[in-house]
Amino acid sequence: MFDWLGFERRVAVRFLREGRMQTVLIIVGVAAGVAVVAYISALINGLQGNTLDKTLGAQAHVTLRALDDVVTPARAPTPGTAELTQTQARAQRPRSIGNWQALVPVLEAMPEVAAVSPMVSGAGLAVRGEASKSIALMGVDLERYDRIVHLRSKVVDGQARLGPGEGVIGRELADDLGVRVGDRFNLVTGPVTEAVRVTALVDLGVRDLNRRTVIVPLRAAQSLLGLPGGATTLDLALVDVWAAQTLTDELKRRFPYKVESWQEVNAQLVSALNAQTVSTTLIRGVVMIVVVLGIASVLVVSVVQKRREIGILRAMGATRAQVLRIFLLQGAIVGALGSAFGVLLAAALVWLFSNYVRGSDGLPLFVITLAPGLALRIAALATLCGVLAAVAPARRAAALDPAQAIRM
Amino acid sequence: MNHDPRPLIELAGIRKSYNLGRPNEAEVLHGLSFRVGRGEFVALIGPSGSGKSTLLNIVGLLERMTAGSYRIEGEEVNGLDDAGLTLRRRQTLGFVFQFHHLLPAFNALENVTLPALMREGRVSPQQRERARALLAAVGLDKAMDKRPGELSGGMQQRVAIARALVLQPPLVLADEPTGNLDRSSSDEVFVLLRRMHAELNTSFIVVTHDPRLAARCDRVIELVDGRIERDAMVSAAAAQ
Repeated sequence: MFDWLGFERRVAVRFLREGRMQTVLIIVGVAAGVAVVAYISALINGLQGNTLDKTLGAQAHVTLRALDDVVTPARAPTPGTAELTQTQARAQRPRSIGNWQALVPVLEAMPEVAAVSPMVSGAGLAVRGEASKSIALMGVDLERYDRIVHLRSKVVDGQARLGPGEGVIGRELADDLGVRVGDRFNLVTGPVTEAVRVTALVDLGVRDLNRRTVIVPLRAAQSLLGLPGGATTLDLALVDVWAAQTLTDELKRRFPYKVESWQEVNAQLVSALNAQTVSTTLIRGVVMIVVVLGIASVLVVSVVQKRREIGILRAMGATRAQVLRIFLLQGAIVGALGSAFGVLLAAALVWLFSNYVRGSDGLPLFVITLAPGLALRIAALATLCGVLAAVAPARRAAALDPAQAIRM
Repeated sequence: MNHDPRPLIELAGIRKSYNLGRPNEAEVLHGLSFRVGRGEFVALIGPSGSGKSTLLNIVGLLERMTAGSYRIEGEEVNGLDDAGLTLRRRQTLGFVFQFHHLLPAFNALENVTLPALMREGRVSPQQRERARALLAAVGLDKAMDKRPGELSGGMQQRVAIARALVLQPPLVLADEPTGNLDRSSSDEVFVLLRRMHAELNTSFIVVTHDPRLAARCDRVIELVDGRIERDAMVSAAAAQ
């Protein structure tokens, strides 16, 4: 029975073993390149994942609001004339999304949408004794809101509960007001004042948010902000956060509401992440090119060194295709071995980062992991690079004239 | 010895020029014609630069002729492409080179089984056994696992002879197989070639500078300046 690549495999392995130092050096080179690519990928994935978690941990992926109040011109402009006018924008008052109760099930039925939560938000004051703090008041249905920002997982004290007269507040605000779980304070919004008992303190990941956030039941906020039965915002959590912009564009087309994606709200962050991704891709590309050039240069030297052996093999009946495959296999073997060692090295670097690199608070900076899928993809890419690197030397070897090669 | 009367190879009007179409074009073979039958043991002799190696390369399908006809077992090979020539080389020819030309990364047994490995991608137990038997026949039964670097020149040449014969090709081409050996090794190798020839009935074309060895062949073809000066059976040549 014919053993496919049996001859090529044997010769390729022997050629590599024969040039031991050369082979070891290039495998180390490939391993270093693969380790750098895998480690940087894991690091950037971890960093971006952590940044996104922190950013999206306290906000919806997509928000719907009522359109802003605008000043409409007294009369339509005359065709063919230009009017130079200066219009002062209207002061915006809290406005409810029209017919939001009917909109919620429509949004929930969309496959991209994981959860929808109505919210009434506005400004107010938290007052306790002589302390008076400006706050961002949010009225929510706790079960729905928890599916948007996982509020319960952010509780640092108490138990999140939003019964009548109850509220959840940020950790720093509790310090500012001098309240603990079970204590009461007053919420003041214009003419309305309502007493709230603190059921839980939360850490939203951003100190400024913790200093301003007061979360109360939807009905209480509607009453405090003068929007009975209303909702100023519909918060959406998506199955895939990166689908937010596409869905936002679609919702803008379909509904007469102000719709914003998290990318629009955090445009600078998205730009920074994109810049980071582009830079990382560039670095990975350059490293891979260096790997390819390294393998190619070693194989070019190998072809020169092995001219006579190639000539003998050709004289004995080896086809050009067989000689070509011998060198392509060498590239693949070097790429695969280098990849395997490189992935192991990257895993070691990830472990060192996770266990020894600490922030100023002594805690790990963020979690980075080398996902098996990512490691496999990088290893496969490096092996492919090995084969590609071998193409030119292999073609050169296959094209050798056996009579000339033997005479050398 | 009873030779098969049908020619194994038949060359007619072989010409070879280098730098074709350039001002420095040079014809080194000028219309050679000869046949070699099955089981013949032919010496190809001549002074340096007479075209022996070029002719051997053409016979070995390693170089293309500029003009002429070359038939192996009746098949014209002049028009074959590279793949066709390679296949023909694999089926018909065994090579023994002056500088042994073993693969240093493989031991003696592996070098001998290389042609089988190349042809089928694996070495069957029968082929391995044949390789062992051939190595034993050339007196290397104790050195099968030695790399070429661990063997003397004569031993390496014996490995090369075993390798050339392992697939039982009808024709073995030996380019000065003793040219790089001392006199006693040279005699040993030549005796071995003759013994293998007698045992296997394989045709041999041996390029040599050594008239002493040429006189021990069945037939001598002498080249001078790219032309056949003499083509005679040895007894007749000796008579001249």
